[in-house]
Amino acid sequence: MGISGIIKGLGITLKHFIETYLVDIQYKGKRYGAEAGILDRKSFDTKGIFTVQYPEEKIAVSEEFRYIPFLVYDESEDGKRDIRCTSCGICAKVCPPQCIWITRSVNPETGKPVPKPAKFFIDVDICMNCGLCAEYCPFEAIRMDHDYEIANIDRFAHHIYDLEKLLKPASYYAKIRPTQFREEDDARKEKEAKKAAAKAVKET
Amino acid sequence: MNPEKNKLNINIPPELENQVAITTLDKIYNWSRASSLWPMMFGLACCAIEMIITAASRVDFSRFGMEVMRPSPRQADVMIVSGTVTKKMVPQIVRLFNQMGEPKYVLAMGACASGGGPFKEGYNVVSGIDKFLPVDVYIPGCPPTPQALLHGLIILQKKIEKEKLSDAEWYKKDFYEEIPVPILGPDLIDPRKYHLFKKILQSADEVTVEESDAKGEEA
Amino acid sequence: MEEHTLVSHVPEFDALFPEKVKLDTRPGFSGFIVPSEFLLEFSKEIRDSWGYDILSSITGVDYFPESMEVVYHLYRSLGGGALVVKVQIPRDDAIVPSLFSIFAGAEFQEREAWDLLGIKFEHHPDLRRILMWEGYEGFPLRKDWKEAYYEEDAKPFASRWPEGVAEHSEKKNIFGDNVKFPDNFDPEDWVASGEEALYLGLNKSGKSKDLDTEMLIINLGPQHPSTHGVFRMAALLDGESIVDLKPAFGYLHRNHEKIGERNTFLQNMPFTDRLDYISSMSNNFSYALAVEKLMGVKPPERAEYIRVIMAELTRIASHFMSTGFLLNDLGAFFTPALYALKERELILDVFEAVSGSRMMCNYFRFGGVVRDLPSGIPEAIRNLAFKRLPAKVDELDHLLTDNEIVRSRCMGIGVLTGEEAINLSATGPILRASGVPYDIRRADPYSIYDRFEFNIPVLYHGDIYDRYLIRIEEMRQSVRIIQQAITQIPEGPIFEGRSQYQVKVPAGEAYGRVEAPKGELGFYVVSNGQPNPWRYHVRAPSFINLTSLRTMCLNQKVADVVAILGSIDIVLGEVDR
Repeated sequence: MGISGIIKGLGITLKHFIETYLVDIQYKGKRYGAEAGILDRKSFDTKGIFTVQYPEEKIAVSEEFRYIPFLVYDESEDGKRDIRCTSCGICAKVCPPQCIWITRSVNPETGKPVPKPAKFFIDVDICMNCGLCAEYCPFEAIRMDHDYEIANIDRFAHHIYDLEKLLKPASYYAKIRPTQFREEDDARKEKEAKKAAAKAVKET
Repeated sequence: MNPEKNKLNINIPPELENQVAITTLDKIYNWSRASSLWPMMFGLACCAIEMIITAASRVDFSRFGMEVMRPSPRQADVMIVSGTVTKKMVPQIVRLFNQMGEPKYVLAMGACASGGGPFKEGYNVVSGIDKFLPVDVYIPGCPPTPQALLHGLIILQKKIEKEKLSDAEWYKKDFYEEIPVPILGPDLIDPRKYHLFKKILQSADEVTVEESDAKGEEA
Repeated sequence: MEEHTLVSHVPEFDALFPEKVKLDTRPGFSGFIVPSEFLLEFSKEIRDSWGYDILSSITGVDYFPESMEVVYHLYRSLGGGALVVKVQIPRDDAIVPSLFSIFAGAEFQEREAWDLLGIKFEHHPDLRRILMWEGYEGFPLRKDWKEAYYEEDAKPFASRWPEGVAEHSEKKNIFGDNVKFPDNFDPEDWVASGEEALYLGLNKSGKSKDLDTEMLIINLGPQHPSTHGVFRMAALLDGESIVDLKPAFGYLHRNHEKIGERNTFLQNMPFTDRLDYISSMSNNFSYALAVEKLMGVKPPERAEYIRVIMAELTRIASHFMSTGFLLNDLGAFFTPALYALKERELILDVFEAVSGSRMMCNYFRFGGVVRDLPSGIPEAIRNLAFKRLPAKVDELDHLLTDNEIVRSRCMGIGVLTGEEAINLSATGPILRASGVPYDIRRADPYSIYDRFEFNIPVLYHGDIYDRYLIRIEEMRQSVRIIQQAITQIPEGPIFEGRSQYQVKVPAGEAYGRVEAPKGELGFYVVSNGQPNPWRYHVRAPSFINLTSLRTMCLNQKVADVVAILGSIDIVLGEVDR
């Protein structure tokens, strides 16, 4: 049994070894800790060290990334929170492992249901991060978050998310999902402009 | 602990006097344990693939000292339960945990190991490994990305660094803690819950006794 | 007079056997209904005279309360569509003759039908439970069997909305867990007795020696260093050689099919990701094909091209992983696996940008895909397909193929001949490494594969080395397909119709199959017009390929068994579902 095949294989590992240092020299010490360096390690012609050193360097997640859902509220000028959710229940119906519980609020005086959620629970120990709730929400009220640093020591205290923990502002939504936010915002402004134009026509 | 040796020119409150000298020892002890946690090569399902990727080159957890993944429980410190815990597998998991040497930690990775996950309603699925083992850190996600797993491991390291030698159970006399292995019967039987079976059998007996009493009265 | 039969032509068996075989005339159903007394003769006839030699899938269906049905899907190894054969039996006396004597690949599938539905197969060599353990109470997949956390027959549950009070399901049960016991059960009386049947089944026949030595029974697994998951093999050893070997699984049985019957059709899509969790886009593809057959929907052109690109990228990612872990099993701890996982990471970045998750993509819908490729992704795919992947596949090839240790450990080990492979229902790279040129993308084309130019690699030794070479070559062909697809992809819509969460599926049955990286992945879906399926069965390639494990391992050494298991390339999520 010869060893020429083994030598060929070892040659490839040696090539990887040498490339590591050559690439580092090329970048003149700016390969680690810098944004350009992280992007280089994600590109299609990456050579050299592939490790992204978490937690000092974090690989940015893509816009579509989905982890745990969150509820969106719009901030009005006087600081009040305008929750977009109307507790229609579509997200609870479409969730495959049924991890969303919603109770609609009721107007205490008239007894009629109000389209806002009174209670909203998501059990994170059942959620499978599928994104169907965000996909089928007709009011753009529930979206998938990017935050993955949610490990905990006690799950009974922290892993059922209630309404307070789930609410996040629309500015946060615009930050993590800029393209989707812009599309939805444009569509909404267009609809409002059409409605205003129709009203103006009716009034004249 | 000899108060004579503790000659510092600081006013130490009396309740802390016995603990001041141990702090440095605690720190060194905890730092050395937290920096060399060896995970057990124990992957059940999809989360195991993300665990293997955390061991691979892009996110490398050997930078944190977890270089070596040992398949033998005798040589491992952390059991990363990655994947759905099924009833058929639980006796094996409990046996493996019992065979690990102290100090040992359990990390429940993913929604399935934390609380049953999307398969919670299945007839062969246990709703989380904390029904049988004491879990230290829970990492939600389905599956948690490698960076999320690493975040969970860093939280475990922080937890270890807060431990105190004086509280360590395994150094006390008469320390013997073995979790009884569950039995596969008509459904999974947990030996710690035999008293609940007795309660059900008793209440069933009470019902039949009442019925026969009623019949006696009628006749 | 010689008649030439086209492979795609299904003969009219109801005309050939007029009294016995009937056509299935229920609306939406197809195939032939055969009485159980005639089944063995009929199967022999179609195998020997009509060329249907691949028994692809055996499914048990519970038509509560009238009858039970066993559905067989058969194919010709020359190609063509399915022959569907059904046997109908009463529920309380469900006995069917076993096809093991004609098609050896029926072994595990019949055991599964016994385990989950209670259908007895006469003359099966070893009818024991396969996914649940011996002693388990009840047949779970029957319609009148309810699990411990049972709430309603179909989702969505009313307790989520509008009632909405969250509580852990554990509170439903006095035990605080997902268990239920028969009445008056006393655990102190219970004696566990499942293992003896497994060990007694290992037989010592075939070896006569001058020295009277004892044979050793060892268990490989369920926890073992080779990273294939919780899989167990009970082996009877004579020294270091295997005399008999029986696989045991069910350690990851997650009740995919029972949960699938409660879910609506759309809700099942994320669950299919978790079957073969390394290649989730292929699973989505197969399920979408099955339901689209039922609905009669065809996706638009751009969606078809995107689907093919994603499926082929998945194949490359899966084969990289499989090659890396085969080398792990041979002992080359982690270097080839690290190189392979590095390429896989770049592909997973594309998946994350397109669908939102690296592994559990949930990207396909009935009528297209969820969303269009974001900006920058067609460029990334083009760079991968034209610049990076061809070079990296070649590099892996140079690293490993000529290596003398790989050659001496893989050549001639774990041989499976072509006839054995067909008889044992093996599909995928195992079948093609044994000399049978059967690939569903050419034999029974689906989607738009008939527009691309690619070859099907076939090798003839049937050993581990050939399977490894086939996977490397398949990666090259997949790169070729991606190169053509990304150049030809048209603009246009990516979804047919309006996106809605309440999918209307007419009554009927459908079997959709794709060439997944591991073999033939098929979904058998029966619908009765309701929002949730009546029966939902997965024909898992890894599960059925394991029937050939015993044949390949006889008289090999223990160290070779691990390598043979690595070359079959199993994923426990599929094996156990």
